[in-house]
Amino acid sequence: MALLEVSGLSKTFGGVRAVQDVSFAVEPGVVYAVIGPNGAGKTTLFNLITGIYTPCVGEIRLGGQPVTSLPPHALARLGMGRTFQNLQICMNMTAIENVMVGGHLSLDRNLIKGMLRFPAVRRADAALRERAAALMARVGLGDQLDVPAASMSYGGLKRLEIARALAATPRILFLDEPAAGFNPKETAEIAVLVREIADSGITVVLVEHDMKMVMSISDRILVLNYGKRLAEGTARDIRADPEVIAAYLGTAA
Amino acid sequence: MRRARIGLLVLAAILLALPLALPNAFYFDVVNRMAINAIVVLGLNLLIGFAGQISLGHAGFFGIGAYASAVLTTHFGWSPLAALVAGAVAAALLALAIAPPIFRLRGHYLAMATLGLGIVISIVIRNEATYTGGPDGMPVPPLAAFGFEIGGEREWYWVLAGLLLFSVWACQNLIDSPFGRALRALHGSEVASQVVGVDVTRYKVTIFALSAFFASIVGSLSAHYVGFVTPNCAEFFHSVELLTMVIVGGMASVFGSVIGAVLLTALPQALATIEGWETVAFGVILIVSMIFLPKGLVPTLAAKIGWGR
Amino acid sequence: MLAQLLQFVFSGLTVGATYALAALGFTLIYNASHVINFAQGEFIMLGGILTVVFLASGLPLPVAILLALLIPAVAGVVIEKLTIEPAKGAGVESLIIITIGASLVVRGLVQVWFGKGAATFPAFSGSTPIAVAGAALAPQSLWVLGSMAVIVVALWLFFSRTIAGKGILATAVDPLAAQLVGINTQRVLLVSFALAAAIGAAGGILLTPITMTSYDVGIMLGLKGFVAAVVGGLGSGPGAVIGGLLVGVIEALTAGYVSSAYKDAVPFVLIFVILFFMPRGLLGPKTTERV
Ligand SMILES: Nc1ncnc2c1ncn2[C@@H]1O[C@H](COP(=O)(O)OP(=O)(O)OP(=O)(O)O)[C@@H](O)[C@H]1O
Ligand SMILES: [Mg+2]
Repeated sequence: MALLEVSGLSKTFGGVRAVQDVSFAVEPGVVYAVIGPNGAGKTTLFNLITGIYTPCVGEIRLGGQPVTSLPPHALARLGMGRTFQNLQICMNMTAIENVMVGGHLSLDRNLIKGMLRFPAVRRADAALRERAAALMARVGLGDQLDVPAASMSYGGLKRLEIARALAATPRILFLDEPAAGFNPKETAEIAVLVREIADSGITVVLVEHDMKMVMSISDRILVLNYGKRLAEGTARDIRADPEVIAAYLGTAA
Repeated sequence: MRRARIGLLVLAAILLALPLALPNAFYFDVVNRMAINAIVVLGLNLLIGFAGQISLGHAGFFGIGAYASAVLTTHFGWSPLAALVAGAVAAALLALAIAPPIFRLRGHYLAMATLGLGIVISIVIRNEATYTGGPDGMPVPPLAAFGFEIGGEREWYWVLAGLLLFSVWACQNLIDSPFGRALRALHGSEVASQVVGVDVTRYKVTIFALSAFFASIVGSLSAHYVGFVTPNCAEFFHSVELLTMVIVGGMASVFGSVIGAVLLTALPQALATIEGWETVAFGVILIVSMIFLPKGLVPTLAAKIGWGR
Repeated sequence: MLAQLLQFVFSGLTVGATYALAALGFTLIYNASHVINFAQGEFIMLGGILTVVFLASGLPLPVAILLALLIPAVAGVVIEKLTIEPAKGAGVESLIIITIGASLVVRGLVQVWFGKGAATFPAFSGSTPIAVAGAALAPQSLWVLGSMAVIVVALWLFFSRTIAGKGILATAVDPLAAQLVGINTQRVLLVSFALAAAIGAAGGILLTPITMTSYDVGIMLGLKGFVAAVVGGLGSGPGAVIGGLLVGVIEALTAGYVSSAYKDAVPFVLIFVILFFMPRGLLGPKTTERV
């Protein structure tokens, strides 16, 4: 059974039809890519699925359960995780604290216990810190644990987004342009990381403009254009699709 | 955290040594009022500085505590402790009840809603003159519990100093706990916290209620300490004073709260001679510190010496 | 019965017109800069107090009014220059705090200079009430409502017919784009502050013969103006006018039928209701925050 099923999803902003009647399904354990020109509606699609926006029409199911219009924090409980194209980092905290926020749901968040410094709370927090440090090492930030997020480089922050999302141990992870702004070497590192994440059992939905990366690591690809589904299939299907070629080369289909 | 603990020890040492340096009851009184303000400001800073949610009506909660202690003991024969608890619970419940709609709002709307709340509370206090004495205020009996009665500036000093130390310790713990981390995170990025499972409204509501709870307790203590309450303690200007303390001392800074309270409690002493100038001074201080020291004194100085926070 | 209702509505519309003017002031500045100017109420206070002072010094009414409009306008510009401009790029909360600071300075200075007493001056054209369907309508009420109408029409003409007005509107929609097409957004902000201050002051001048004024009336009037702006939908001009009149009438009806002691609480209870059921107000624009 598909882990994520999206059917007939639409969203308009004033006059802009950002996403129109988009349907697709993602099988567990795969890397599923969503591509399309700038403004095609990829980020909007992510925002709809992860509960940031409410869809005008359409339905979303996670593991067979309807989750349309649930708030983001409820979706996080059900195992949805994501990163942001326009970085959403807590600049008032250190790098590792940002990652630890990702592990929020795994902790005892009781106010009184925290205020009175219960030993069990402290121990669990220390354990999360170790896990966060390991995740930071995994995304290549092992040497920046206690650096204030505000003083990190753009590339560092992009990696930090991934580490934070992983700290939440999601079932399905939405990555919005994780390699944007990276050089070819860094992009290759991210590609390996994404593949590893998928191989570890976390389903990945990926938006990325780097076609080399998309084609090499994706199991299936969805192409959006002007908010509409243009094509869907394996990398080979997509590369051969005349409509996709037309959209990307800018000629009339 | 280690630096925070050193700070706590330094504060404890100062509080222990201070009585030796204070020449007379007048100075004890000034320090006591500094401590009272510091405790309220600590709670308010959790809300404004750490969680990033403005409140322009916090004096309202202070007023609820103060008047609960005054009215319930005087008119209904409650024991001061019971009245204090009742006030704090009432303030927290009121905060819980109105917070969910309030915290769906941001920025201007939030400022306005909290301000409106404070104003409504002070209007009620002014109008229910049969119980509250109206604009003239009313006397409050001394604080007595378990057969003891706290009387005089010196006894109060130890009570308030102890409470201040506890509050600083509890705040430091809270900020460093999972709850506090989520609170700071939603300040840093609301969406980012949401997508990792932080129910942001819930956190805002909880911290709002907690800071209301503390404000009310301190309001009660302050009423007993002064022995008299007037509606001024619940009014907009008092809310602005508290806000100024947070901002001058430093948002999201525990010791900033204490320093801000100390400085701005001392200020009216220096200005009390001419009415009106106090208002002007607060206004100028707000503007100047917001423009030139937007992070506040303590964080700015800490950054200068190279201490993180 | 009906006469009494009408009486309450008249007085509600009269104060409501002042709220509407204050709300227009909020809207102007909000649209130009997304700043909520908490000092708006002090302009209302300044308008009334200054007229009192100038009349007492022997100036004729029209001159006194002109000065009482001009000086707050200058004060508005000064506040913008000295407090808003240096804080460029500060967050919403910081700007709110700064304008609260500015309002304290204005109020404190007036308190020192003018004292704490209440003051007033005679109504513009006498105080013989006009009977309307059994209710008494004060001539000053007509002045208030008439002036509001004139100001609204003038603003509408300004925004729809003049380049300067259109520039302000463009800045409200997209400041960056406005700057790119050559609009001086800095000047737009200054003009907005001046206009907002003068409009607020006009409300204060018109209302003073009915309600009196003192150094501390600004907070309440300003806050109610803000409530009116929010009720109407923050950023909407027509919304500000409707919101103001609505707040005034509801307040007057509460004072008349429920409790006059609690009339000041009405707008603040109203704002909870409005924000809860329609967070965008009556006519506010609908937007989705970008992520
Ligand atoms: N909150 C919003 N309000 C109004 N319009 C929006 C909003 N979010 C997105 N849009 C519009 O929806 C359309 C799709 O935008 P979206 O960000 O989803 O594109 P995208 O495919 O992610 O593009 P890119 O590759 O540049 O990231 C655009 O026209 C955009 O301007
Ligand atoms: Mg995008």
